[in-house]
Amino acid sequence: MSRLSFKGISKRFGSLIANDSISLSLEAGEVMALLGENGAGKTTLMNILFGHYEADEGSIEVEGKLLPPGSTEAAIQAGIGMVHQHFTLADNLTVLENIILGTESLWSWRHERSAARSKLAEMADSYSLAIDPDALIGSLSVGERQRVEILKALYRDARILILDEPTAVLTPQETESLFVTLRSLTDRGLSVIFISHKLHEILAISDRISVLRRGKIVASLNASEASRSELAEKMLGAAVTRPQLEAMEPGAAILSLQGLNAYSSDKLPLLENVDLTVYAHEIVGIAGVAGNGQAALADVLSGLNRNISGRLELHGKSLIDAGPAEFVACGIGRIPEDRHARGMIGDMAIWENVISEDLRSAEVSKWQIFVDKAAAVKRAKRLIEQFDLRCKGPLAQTKLLSGGNIQKLILARVLSPKPDFILANQPVRGLDEGAIAYVQEQLFAARKRGAAILLISEDLDELLSLCDRIAVMYQGSLSEAVPPAARTIVTSSAL
Amino acid sequence: MSELIDIVLNAGFWAATLRIVSPLIFGTLGELICERAGVLNLGIEGIMTVGAMAGWMWVYQGGDLWGGVIFAAGMGALFGLLHAGFTVYLGLSQHVTGIGITLFASSLSYFVYRMLLPAATTPPKIIPFENIEIPFLSDIPLIGEALFNQSPLTYLALLSVPAVWYVLHRTPLGLAVRMAGENPVAVEAQGIDVLAVRTGAVMAGSALMAVGGAFITMSWFDAFYFGMVNGRGWICVALVIFASWKPGKAMLGAILFAGLEAMQVRAQQTAGAFIPYQFFLMLPYLMSILAMIVMARRAQYPQALLVPFRRGERVLTLKRSRG
Repeated sequence: MSRLSFKGISKRFGSLIANDSISLSLEAGEVMALLGENGAGKTTLMNILFGHYEADEGSIEVEGKLLPPGSTEAAIQAGIGMVHQHFTLADNLTVLENIILGTESLWSWRHERSAARSKLAEMADSYSLAIDPDALIGSLSVGERQRVEILKALYRDARILILDEPTAVLTPQETESLFVTLRSLTDRGLSVIFISHKLHEILAISDRISVLRRGKIVASLNASEASRSELAEKMLGAAVTRPQLEAMEPGAAILSLQGLNAYSSDKLPLLENVDLTVYAHEIVGIAGVAGNGQAALADVLSGLNRNISGRLELHGKSLIDAGPAEFVACGIGRIPEDRHARGMIGDMAIWENVISEDLRSAEVSKWQIFVDKAAAVKRAKRLIEQFDLRCKGPLAQTKLLSGGNIQKLILARVLSPKPDFILANQPVRGLDEGAIAYVQEQLFAARKRGAAILLISEDLDELLSLCDRIAVMYQGSLSEAVPPAARTIVTSSAL
Repeated sequence: MSELIDIVLNAGFWAATLRIVSPLIFGTLGELICERAGVLNLGIEGIMTVGAMAGWMWVYQGGDLWGGVIFAAGMGALFGLLHAGFTVYLGLSQHVTGIGITLFASSLSYFVYRMLLPAATTPPKIIPFENIEIPFLSDIPLIGEALFNQSPLTYLALLSVPAVWYVLHRTPLGLAVRMAGENPVAVEAQGIDVLAVRTGAVMAGSALMAVGGAFITMSWFDAFYFGMVNGRGWICVALVIFASWKPGKAMLGAILFAGLEAMQVRAQQTAGAFIPYQFFLMLPYLMSILAMIVMARRAQYPQALLVPFRRGERVLTLKRSRG
C-alpha cells in the first residue's frame, strides 16, 4: 500500500485546466520530485492535497484511507505537512508562537509552553534543525524561516512533507543544507514531495521524478535513469537550447567606476573602493553570496543611492551627482532584482508601465504635460508583439501577467530605447527554462549591438555561460574582473 | 501653576478621571481586539450608541442593571456580526462598512428611542449603578476616595485590561486572533478557520464597545441623549494606534486622555474669565494629536490589518504596502 495516492485528480479554474486526471503515488521514505514549468499545475495539485482547494474530480488516499477534500485540518490530521513557496509565518510573532498555533485546543485556558519548548528542542536536536524558539520571525534569514516551516510540519507529526519551490529563495549554501536535512528526514521514513523546475536540483535530491506539463503527467521515471536533457525536453514539450556566447572584440569603455564608495542613509559603508570598467560588446558578471554589496552596487548604478564618492562615469561623463531620471536619459537601462516591487506597478495597465521611464518624452506626451494615451498604447502594442508578450493587450492589468511575461515587459521597456549600458540584476531568477533562454537571447542581442552589460547573479553556472569577464563581490569590495576560464578555480574557493 | 497642582491633588479630579476613562477603556479594548484580528471597526461610534441606548432602555423597561449590561453587549455583538459579514465574509472595504455601521447603528438607536418614547420631552432618568466602596481601601486619603469608591462597571473596565491581555497573549485562542491579523494564510495553513476567528474577534470586540456605551447611560448620565457618545468611539480608534495594539498601553493612553478631559473642565472654572471655554474643550484633542505624532511613528501595525482573506483563492500571497 502506498503512503499517498492521487486518483484521477482534475481541477479547472474557469476555462483553464490546471490539473487533468492526475494519478500518482508516493512510497514511504522516498523523495518524489514534481517537475514542471511555471503554470504546469504543480502548486495547484499540492494545494488540493493540502486542502486549500477542492478537486473537481478524483480522490486522494493516505495510507489507503480516503482524505476528506477541501480541509486543511483533515490533511494535517492525516500527516501531511506543507512548506509553502511564500512562507506562512507571521513576522511579528516568535518562532514558538508560529509553531504551536493550531496544535492546542482553541478553548484551552493556557499554552503548554514548556512542553512545546522541550518537544521543539528535541526535534531540533534529532533533525539538526537548530533554531531559537523566542526569536521573532522578522529577524530570521530566509533559510531560517524555511527551517521554521519544516519544524512546523514536523511538530505536527507530518509523515508526508510537501516542499513547494523550496530552493527559489535560497542561496546555494542554504540549498545544500536543506538537502542534508531532507535526506535525514527520509532516512527516518518520511516521504517528501519536492516541487521545482530546476533540473540539477531535482536530479540531486529525488528518487523518482514525475513531469507535469499543462496539467498532465507526461512522464514518471526513476532519477537514476533520467538525464537532464531528457527531463528538459519532457517538461517543455520540445528541446530548448540556451543561446551560446559568441566571441567578440570588446569596444570602447562605456561605464567606469574608480574608487567608488557608497554609504547607507545612516552613513554605514556599503561599497568600498570599487573599480570596474565595462566595455561595449561585453557582459561582465558580478558573482558572490547575496548580501555582500550587490544590492548596493545595483542601487548606485540605478541612480537610487546618492551617498557616494569616487568616480562614476558613462562615456567619460560623470554621473556622481545624477538622479535616476538622468541615468535613464543618458542611456542606462535597468533590470531590477525584484521585478514585482521595483520593476512594475502591478495595479497599472501594461501601457502605463511601458511609458513609466519616459513619461515626458515627445513620443508619448503632449507638450510634456499630458500623457498621449493613444501613442502610449500604440507603443505598448508594438512592444507586446516584438517581445512576444502573452497578455490580453496593452490595457490589461500588469499584475495578471506571469513572472516570465512581467520580465519580458521589463526587457521591452529597458531594451527598446537601445541603452548603451544595461544593469541586469538577477534577470532570470524564478523564471522557467523557456523564459530564461529568451532573456539570455535578448541580453546577447544587446551585447552584439554594442551595449555594455553588467550581470549580477548568485548562480555561478549562469555567470560562467553568459559572461566575458567575472568579478567577485565580498563584503562591499569587488575583485578584478577576469575571464571565466581564469576565474573558475578562484570563485569556487572564494564562495 | 499652583492652580494646576490644586486640581491634581483633588480626589474629585481623580474620581472624575476614572469615570471618564471607563467607556474609553471598554471601547479601546474592543477596537484593539478587532484590529488584532485584522479588522478595522469604524462602527465603534455607532455600536457605543447602541450600547448606551440598549442598556438604558433595558433598565427603563424594568430590567435589572446587570441584565442591561448583558443586553447591551449582546446588541453590540450583533452589530459586530453585521460588520464581520460585510468585511470578513464578503471582503468589502472596512472603512466604508465601518462608517456605514456607525451611521446605521446610531440612527437606529435614536429611532428606537423615539418609537418607544414618542412623548418624552426631557429624557427620563433611570436609577444607575451605585458606587461600591471597598472597605478599608477607600479610607486611604486621596487615592482611596478616587480609586476605591467607584461604579462596578469602572472596576470591570480596569479588570478587563489584564483579562484581554491574558487572552490575547497567553491562550491558544488569542494566538489565533493575533495570527489572523498578522498572516491569515498561516492560520489557514494550520487548519484553523480564519473567517470564524475574525468574526468571533469582531463580535467580542463590538460587545465590549457596547458595554462602554452602556456605561455612559447606566453609570454616568442616567439618561439617554442624542449625540451623547460624542466622538468617544473615534478617540478609542486613535488610542489603539497610540497604544501600538497593546492592552496595557491602551489603558495608560485612555487615562492620559481622560485626565486631560477632567482637567480642562476644572481649568474652565478657574481661568474661564480670560480664555473662552472652547479653548479648553479643544485641549484634550490637541494633546492626543500631539501624543499620536510621537507614539504612532513607532507603532507596530498588525501586518494583515485591512487585508481581506478569501479561501481557495489563487496565489495565497498578501501584498504588504505600508511604508
